[in-house]
Amino acid sequence: MSDYAKIISPYKDLPGGIIEAYHALQNKYNYIPEDAIAVAADMFDISLSQAYGVATFYSYFKIGPRGRYVIRICESAPCHVAGADDVIAALEKELGISMGETTEDGKFTLEFAECVGQCQGTPVITINSQPYVNVEPEKVGEILAACK
Amino acid sequence: MAEEVRIVLRNYGKIDPLNIDDYINAGGYKGLEKARSMSQEAVIEEVRKSGLRGRGGAGFNAGTKWKFSYRAVADEKYVVCNADEGEPGTYKDRIIMENDPQSVLEGMAICGYAIGSRKGYIYCRGEYPYVVDILNQAIAQAKEKGILGDFDIEVRMGAGAYVCGEESALIESIEGHRGSPRFKPPYPPAEGLWQKPTIVNNVETFANIPIIMEKGSDWYAGIGAKSYPGTKIMTLTGDVVNRTFIEIPTDVTIRQVIYDFGGGIREGKKFKAVQIGGTSGGFIPESLLDTSIDFDSMGAIGATLGSGAVFVMDETRDLVDVTERISKFFEHESCGKCAPCREGTKRMHEMMTRLNAGQGKADDLEQIEQLGSVMSRACLCGLGQAAPSPVLTTLEHFRNEYMEKLG
Ligand SMILES: Cc1cc2nc3c(=O)[nH]c(=O)nc-3n(C[C@H](O)[C@H](O)[C@H](O)COP(=O)(O)O)c2cc1C
Ligand code: FES
Repeated sequence: MSDYAKIISPYKDLPGGIIEAYHALQNKYNYIPEDAIAVAADMFDISLSQAYGVATFYSYFKIGPRGRYVIRICESAPCHVAGADDVIAALEKELGISMGETTEDGKFTLEFAECVGQCQGTPVITINSQPYVNVEPEKVGEILAACK
Repeated sequence: MAEEVRIVLRNYGKIDPLNIDDYINAGGYKGLEKARSMSQEAVIEEVRKSGLRGRGGAGFNAGTKWKFSYRAVADEKYVVCNADEGEPGTYKDRIIMENDPQSVLEGMAICGYAIGSRKGYIYCRGEYPYVVDILNQAIAQAKEKGILGDFDIEVRMGAGAYVCGEESALIESIEGHRGSPRFKPPYPPAEGLWQKPTIVNNVETFANIPIIMEKGSDWYAGIGAKSYPGTKIMTLTGDVVNRTFIEIPTDVTIRQVIYDFGGGIREGKKFKAVQIGGTSGGFIPESLLDTSIDFDSMGAIGATLGSGAVFVMDETRDLVDVTERISKFFEHESCGKCAPCREGTKRMHEMMTRLNAGQGKADDLEQIEQLGSVMSRACLCGLGQAAPSPVLTTLEHFRNEYMEKLG
């Protein structure tokens, strides 16, 4: 069995389990490898287009490579007025990339997100799903330095 | 000064959420025990009489909904807890699940008993993997104790689609499909998950159930506003001093929420607007702040209670800019199934961008109002129907801000 099949197969008999399988893939790789979609289609006995359709519908899933640290910045209204734009500018400057891009060494990816449910501490970012609240632009360097 | 009343959050900070014995020692699972000593009809009647209405935004009487599924004849029925919590500015369901997960499981088990279901799902948003861990631990503990009887609960994760909070889209997602809403009828209580009768209730709704069973419907119906009794958890964001969550009786006013609990506006500035219920809610001006937060009073002023998010903006905020940001959210989150929403959210965002950039014409204001009015009627689900609300209410109450930006 391929690595992908090994990750997907525990969900094979779970009704509607393809989304759980995609989560498992993304947990392992930080993204969904494109070839894994064909394996999923096969295992869940659906067409390739259906398997793609599911993977591309959900913004939490990303097909194809991204950095080891995925940084998502909440731009929903409460974070927006709390200065999310300044945090974005600081991150872009520090990493030398724009939103949506990955650093050349494959370490960091910057993505927009909508509210991640930590609005007691706006503005909010998440790094590999872990929230950081009350983020100040001046603190961005420190936060990044902690990502080894 | 108004005071908090903690019913849903009765165990907040008092128990170890990951220790079921703590929950039981605090009186937990008495409601389920009592329910099981009653007939199914009697349980449903008790819930119905309490007046508890859905806390997920639509405000439907919970007992009445349960009755539809109870009456439906089927070999399998499902109980689904909506923990998708995607409405920006909202984190109340997370607070409940992180601090008292057993209360949600107990509420679901009572529902399961009442409608005759042995299987429950919690659909938790993908942004909360740490909450999923808590829920799974709580379920494992309840199973080990055998306290749920033959009722099984499984957690499923969402994956970052706001529309999946809509109950029929949520059901599609549990089934492993793209999360597009279904045409209704049939409604989920008759035909939901895998075409079986399905009750979808919000986390906060379920967390209310055990205590209603324990203390009775009369007790509950006597709290807060008559037509929408009980408490509501509100989450305060934006320019308030206290950015925090509160649980308050439903007859508290918006002004009390902002000033008594929120501590007023930051840095001594003046209030300009508040948007309640999340990003799909209406904007409310100073003149309407003495409205009570209950579902019907909010509806009467053209606003919503929604998820209970309270987003406060001070006098310096540019409402056209905030509304443009919100219109981008809806364009992004529209699932694309129906044309009025797919095209409407896109055009609305386009026009808002133009207006915000100072390139709008007076014509645009009329067109955007017309588009909004069509969308609120013609869109398939609540996403598209509510999407124009921030635009329309800012145009109604704060039109001068748009006028000042016209090109
Ligand atoms: C676009 C959209 C998003 C929604 N998001 C949520 C949500 O995140 N949580 C929720 O409980 N209800 C949400 N709802 C409402 C649900 O469709 C449904 O009414 C609710 O889960 C029923 O539970 P209740 O009666 O306990 O409120 C949403 C509705 C729409 C149209
Ligand atoms: S609004 Fe940014 S985390 Fe909720």
